[in-house]
Amino acid sequence: MKALEVKNVRKTYAGGVEALKGVSLSLEEGDFFALLGPNGAGKTTLINILSGLVNKTSGELLVHGVSIDQDAAQAKLQIGVVPQEFNFGIFEKVIDIVLDQAGYYGISRRQAYPNAKKYLTQLGLWEKRDVQARELSGGMKRRLMIVRGLVHNPKFLILDEPTAGVDIELRRGMWDFLRELNRDKGVTILLTTHYLEEAEELCRHMALINQGKIVSSGLIKDLLASMEDESVTLDLSQTPAKETLLDLAPFHPRVTERSLEVTVNKQNSLSQAIQRLSGAGLEVLSLRNTSNRLEEYFLRMTQKKDV
Amino acid sequence: MNFQRNLIAYQTIVYKEVKRMLRVWTQTLLPPVVTMTLYFVVFGKFIGSQVANIDGFTYMQFIVPGLVMMSVVMNAFMHTVSSFYFAKFQKTIEEILVSPTPYWVVIAGYITGGVVRGLLTGSLVLGVALFFTRIHFAHWPSVLLFAFLAALLFSLFGLINAVFAKNFDGVFIIPNFVLTPLTYLGGVFYSVKLLPEFWQAVSLWNPMVYIIGGFRYGILGVADTDMRLAFGILSTFVVMAFTATWWLFYTGKGLRA
Repeated sequence: MKALEVKNVRKTYAGGVEALKGVSLSLEEGDFFALLGPNGAGKTTLINILSGLVNKTSGELLVHGVSIDQDAAQAKLQIGVVPQEFNFGIFEKVIDIVLDQAGYYGISRRQAYPNAKKYLTQLGLWEKRDVQARELSGGMKRRLMIVRGLVHNPKFLILDEPTAGVDIELRRGMWDFLRELNRDKGVTILLTTHYLEEAEELCRHMALINQGKIVSSGLIKDLLASMEDESVTLDLSQTPAKETLLDLAPFHPRVTERSLEVTVNKQNSLSQAIQRLSGAGLEVLSLRNTSNRLEEYFLRMTQKKDV
Repeated sequence: MNFQRNLIAYQTIVYKEVKRMLRVWTQTLLPPVVTMTLYFVVFGKFIGSQVANIDGFTYMQFIVPGLVMMSVVMNAFMHTVSSFYFAKFQKTIEEILVSPTPYWVVIAGYITGGVVRGLLTGSLVLGVALFFTRIHFAHWPSVLLFAFLAALLFSLFGLINAVFAKNFDGVFIIPNFVLTPLTYLGGVFYSVKLLPEFWQAVSLWNPMVYIIGGFRYGILGVADTDMRLAFGILSTFVVMAFTATWWLFYTGKGLRA
């Protein structure tokens, strides 16, 4: 069963800006899906249409087979939304924000309390339950929005840049939580993020949106397999001479002190590069893959850089 | 199932609204009580003692229903306009808009908050009035009915205003330039029957005349207007305002891009 089907959705804002130009995509139930794209590509517009915050101009959206036009309430019951911007009352207590949200989904405070406690505890906010939201740190506010989005046990969770501005340690903690949610509870997750490492780490499928159109979609590993080039950084025993660099020209060498970054692919393999360096009397002390292939792919598909 | 879900959503909105109103009681309940006390002292006591009886009542007794009703409508209006505008401004309204709560439930929740604040303020002002004069309630059902209808209608007006408001100026334009003149010219301080014929006819287009008239009838037993007409007009306005508000929510005016 499809968790989400988006069929030829268009959105033109009142000012005439065409944010979505016929977007179609689908998510299988249980998927962890990344919706990627540069700023202004249309990601948030699509998510806001799905959440009921923006009116679409045309097209159709189905959540677990339920049309948002024909039965908005039933479709919304299945969705949890974690928006990009903080949108809770800053003078409200943390626990009230979560329990009130459950109320809007028809769940009484008493019924919602165990779930609120469970998620607040898991995300390290239970001790802060009686604190006004304005007193929370940025990372805590982001986690609060995740708890709020989950309190009614949605089958489908939308996360719009959930880790923006969150430090690395906390981000990794949130990744573990989301992975568990997806793997153990079968919650389908649609994620937008500017941290491409995050998408590569968490998601199975992705769609790349640019200027209101889906420019590619599929399994992340398949899309990345289409990328031939990889960057590898080699730490050398000494700085390579000019002649050595000329010899390495097919590898597009970039030198920084005693490190050398080369581009390798099927034609120009890493072992060939190492052989040439050994021939020049240079010892390779260590090496590491420094390419972010998803980033390269992203840039290529959004036509900002030819790879 | 839907009924139960909608009931809980409605209770959640009402609980939140009333809790907020009570939390900031120095901004919501105290100012109108202080203002109306000053009206009673200045107009009722100082000036009123120099004014002849109207319809057999002292001037103080005559202005009590109008001032109570002025508190009811002003506070019902201000509650919904400020609460809903801030929900838009802070984007907290999105918490409700992403949920399955039907628009009519959202509207009902907000206007209930407005009605509660309007009636609570009106009751407090009425309580203060009892310190200044003796009041016999001539017709209790009319008192309750007209107070409720007025609070309902102006809560809806406040909500409509908030939907259209794009900034803080937009929140205060209607209360300052429409609501206050309509209230003052609606017979709070005078009987419409005392006006020249032309202005009497003009006043009949002012809904506040019917609201104050109906409420004054409930308290004093005398009125400037026909009660059935006043009830009919107010009820029609309430239905029209609710329908208009629902339509604004449905189409997303001022709420969804």
